[in-house]
Amino acid sequence: MALPKPLTAEFDELVKNYPERRAALIVALHRCQEELGGWISPQTMEDLAEYFALEPVEVFGVASFYPMFNLRPVGRHVVSVCHNISCDLRGAQDVIAKACEVTGAPLGGTSKDGKWTVKHVECQGACANAPMFDLDGVYHEDLTIEKVAKILGAVR
Amino acid sequence: MKTYETYLLDRAKVEGAHQLATYKKLGGYKGLEKTLKSGLTPAAVVDEMKKSGLRGRGGAGFSTGMKWSFMPDITKDPRTRYLAINADESEPGTCKDRVLMEGDPHGVIEGSLIAAYAIRASAVYIYVRGEYRLSHDRIAAAVKEARAANLVGKNILGSDYSCEVFMHKGAGAYICGEETGLMESLEGKRGHPRQKPPFPAQSGLWNSPTTVNNVETVFNAPFIVERGAAWHAAIGTQNSKGNFLVCISGHVNKPGVYELPFGVTAQEILEEKAGGVWKGRKLKAWFPGGSSCALLLGRDVDVVLDHDSLRTRGSSLGTAAMVMMDDHTSMARVMEVIARFYEHESCGQCSQCREGTQWLSQIFHRIAHGLGQDDDIATLEALAKGMAPAKTICALSDAAAIPTLSAIKLFKDELTQCIRDGRDPLGIPAPKYATVGAH
Repeated sequence: MALPKPLTAEFDELVKNYPERRAALIVALHRCQEELGGWISPQTMEDLAEYFALEPVEVFGVASFYPMFNLRPVGRHVVSVCHNISCDLRGAQDVIAKACEVTGAPLGGTSKDGKWTVKHVECQGACANAPMFDLDGVYHEDLTIEKVAKILGAVR
Repeated sequence: MKTYETYLLDRAKVEGAHQLATYKKLGGYKGLEKTLKSGLTPAAVVDEMKKSGLRGRGGAGFSTGMKWSFMPDITKDPRTRYLAINADESEPGTCKDRVLMEGDPHGVIEGSLIAAYAIRASAVYIYVRGEYRLSHDRIAAAVKEARAANLVGKNILGSDYSCEVFMHKGAGAYICGEETGLMESLEGKRGHPRQKPPFPAQSGLWNSPTTVNNVETVFNAPFIVERGAAWHAAIGTQNSKGNFLVCISGHVNKPGVYELPFGVTAQEILEEKAGGVWKGRKLKAWFPGGSSCALLLGRDVDVVLDHDSLRTRGSSLGTAAMVMMDDHTSMARVMEVIARFYEHESCGQCSQCREGTQWLSQIFHRIAHGLGQDDDIATLEALAKGMAPAKTICALSDAAAIPTLSAIKLFKDELTQCIRDGRDPLGIPAPKYATVGAH
């Protein structure tokens, strides 16, 4: 297997931004996760290793260091709820409970129908608009229990 | 309500200011033009920064001009030089750089270019935390516009100065906000902080001289170049100059990011900007500069929010992220959240930090959940003292120890009672967690 052509074409441009090719690895991991099913599979790591002329374990070492990279499959929609201090003080635990209830996903896991993953994350820098979650890469802020139900309920 | 002269957030409030045309209409890129076209040498820009009294806004509060002056003499050291912009904003409570990046991305680029010119860097890397997608995309689009207008790239504005600006993304690790962790991450590696020396100015990105500056720090540069160091130095208090951005969050009526000159009290910010403590309650405790600084009591809000005043109260300005807690807050719970954060973010290189943060987290967790043990406070104290000061490669270990020691100092009775009674003295139940699976 190899990475899809459009991705390698993109990476060929990306590596020119740096004096060393491997500097592009983290951005490349992001792109792979976005394009290849929402997670970094062992196959993707092998393919990236080949592209960057690294050992697969080096790619694994990097991917596993960063919380944004999912090393297991996730649902079609990912809800990341901030549970750090500013959000906790304004009801993050209630948001987590509601998100799990509405989606049927256990915290840190995926719903049986494969639609949802709900996880908690550390400070997302939305402290003045707490509590918040990130739904598929978009911030939703100043949440209330009602808003949580409404936002998640509207996702097809 | 008192009013103050503002400049940092003015443009960000204007519709469309993230686009070049509007930015220029609002006076944008005049600072860069003055830098490149009025015969200012890089050394003169560094000198201007020193005289302005500008201090870094990323948490450490180090003199910006001084930091720039650490870069080696280019006549003796011809290596390529880099500027890395630290946009990995992730100190709990901090959400100010995001406002600048989303609302005024050209201001970030202009500031970066002036900084790059001062240190004679030929490339700028803007390291934006992965979660800040809008910030990243706004700056990336602005770089494109700027390049087309000859504001980025070769012979900027017809001068002999050339500089490239590249975007880079983090992926959720707090430690990459530490400057050497950031450099490792930029090189495509795990974000493990490096031993210092060598300092980044001697050997940073790809073993080349590097300066790492926070977003808000460089954002100040165009104003200082344009209006002069004396203008900037006239604002603020003795050792804290200019306006700065305060993030106020937690139990207040109007949480937000506000621009103020150094010299106002925390009380003024709380009451006049944030509308006071919510629900008519009293302030019990607060962090003045993110969770890595020492907690203060509610009565300490009379303190002036600047570097020196906070130090005399035993805390620090940090990132000016005020996290406010009302008198219905369980301190065991607060510390459980804080300690869990540092446990999650420790990179694991140093044993004091790797083990220490885990223990702090476990002990605060059990206290908050009514399972505290008699000697827990003594254990917490001994652990925290073994983790800091300056016992590890970077300051994350200190950042976990400092709030811990302050919580023990200020809330020993409450924590003791919590351990003895097996529940929070205010009767606040520990939250029921949903099941935590693997992720």
